[in-house]
Amino acid sequence: MSDDAVEVNGLVVRYGGTTAVDGVSLTVPRGRVLSLLGHNGAGKTSLLQVCEGFRKADGGTVRVLGLDPIADHDTLMPRLGIMLQSGGVYPWATAGEILRLFASFAASPLDVDMLLDRLGLRKFERTRWRRLSGGEQQRLSLAIALVGRPELVFLDEPTAGMDTEARHTTWRLIEELRADGVSVLLTTHLLDEAERLADDVVIMSSGVVAATGTPAELTAAAGIDLLEVRAEPGLKPADGRLTDLKISETTPGEYAVTGALDAAAISAVLGWFAAAGAQVTAVNTRRRTLEDVYLALTTGEKAYR
Amino acid sequence: MSGIFAPAPGRAPMRSVVASQIRMELTLTARRGEAVVLAMGVPLLVLLGAGLTEVTNVPGNDRLAFVVPGVLALTVMSTAFTGQAITTGYERAYGVLKRLGASPLSRPGLLFAKTSAVLGLIVVQLVALAAVGVAVGWRPHFGATLSAVGVTVLATAAYSGLALLMASVLRPEATTGAATLIYVLMLAAGGIMFAAPDLGTVGWFLLPLAAHAEALRATLSHDASVPLSIWLSLGAWAVVFVTAAARKFRWE
Repeated sequence: MSDDAVEVNGLVVRYGGTTAVDGVSLTVPRGRVLSLLGHNGAGKTSLLQVCEGFRKADGGTVRVLGLDPIADHDTLMPRLGIMLQSGGVYPWATAGEILRLFASFAASPLDVDMLLDRLGLRKFERTRWRRLSGGEQQRLSLAIALVGRPELVFLDEPTAGMDTEARHTTWRLIEELRADGVSVLLTTHLLDEAERLADDVVIMSSGVVAATGTPAELTAAAGIDLLEVRAEPGLKPADGRLTDLKISETTPGEYAVTGALDAAAISAVLGWFAAAGAQVTAVNTRRRTLEDVYLALTTGEKAYR
Repeated sequence: MSGIFAPAPGRAPMRSVVASQIRMELTLTARRGEAVVLAMGVPLLVLLGAGLTEVTNVPGNDRLAFVVPGVLALTVMSTAFTGQAITTGYERAYGVLKRLGASPLSRPGLLFAKTSAVLGLIVVQLVALAAVGVAVGWRPHFGATLSAVGVTVLATAAYSGLALLMASVLRPEATTGAATLIYVLMLAAGGIMFAAPDLGTVGWFLLPLAAHAEALRATLSHDASVPLSIWLSLGAWAVVFVTAAARKFRWE
């Protein structure tokens, strides 16, 4: 039996003639947070729906906690926490009633009052679902997903519709889940969310995996974009090995180096400063952000290698 | 602070899972009080209108002996079929069923909870309407109560099955329309306010409401036994629609 929380292999999902997911494979190891990143319509929710057992795969296999999400539905559900993208609650039931209902389904649920407090929902305990704002509904949905103390949670765009404060509350909660050993598969189109929360990022675009890796790997693979060097002002670089690079003095004593910055090029740059007898007081490399990588992949603006 | 989310998954004992779901179903039904009143209002009007005045022709010379059991049967259909089909259709549209499907409740758990809540509601409604009937002069017999309960359980199962089936295969608006239409047709042709068209045994199989009403009349008004054809009709309705509902039921 595999020790991975989620194993997706060559998954295909079709809606009529449209292929929403076209041969996606990914793995969520236990205790890690995987962020599925992509635009709306990239196939993220379809993939999640198959993992949750709501939709049959049109091709490929999906194992969740080693089980089949459809055939083993009743065995699997008590072990999962699922946050759907929208709705899904009795409009006339209050927040407190709903959360207590789902808590009562679990063998050893979290304390409902604690959860209401943590998610800032205490003052809405007696408010009916349909009177809650979008962000409040999202927070209650998250609470529903967590109340059964699941070992794996699926969060479909967990912070959509939340204000900044609620978003940060949710992020801290997800970090806490991870610290407590819960495996998490979340979808998002927010880059800062993926970069902050995820151990692993899978970037999906038009139904296929565009890139996979840790946030650091993804940005590192994209290379170093900028080298900043601090030394005496007024140095004029003139070395044949530096012709592929552009060195400019942005402010007196601050040099910005751009170009193909591999290890040899960086050593050449520093070698030139040394040869010029300069006192280098600071060297700083700037990597591309996940956002740069993401935009390059999903819009094809920049070649990525 | 740390450690509170440490996984401890598992389902509560199935009995308490189902009990909480039944409680939620009943709470929400009570919250939509107007639906309950409506579900009882029409039968009550029929009881008083057709039972106490001569607006319709009913067979026999004891109007209440004909009308009250029919009203009881109508109430069962109204709650188990019409009410349940509409509620479940909207629960699907709101995504409530999907959300419950992603919980430890399980499909048999939800179906059992829904049916139990409906049965509980029906018991309360029938006791109230029978009491009104007795107050205005209906004199029921209790010798064959067990048979009356038996056919009522079969009818409830058949109506629930049909309700859940419709809510699974139709859009909520279509479910509401169809459930209301069937209710009106059954009310007209089901032998409640006046005699049902005499189709013989075939009639019991076509019109479960008429069959159920006739069985309640036989047992409660006349202290007689339920004809075998009615047992078979209601039994067949129950088996067919409960099976179909269990097969076609969708969370989404």
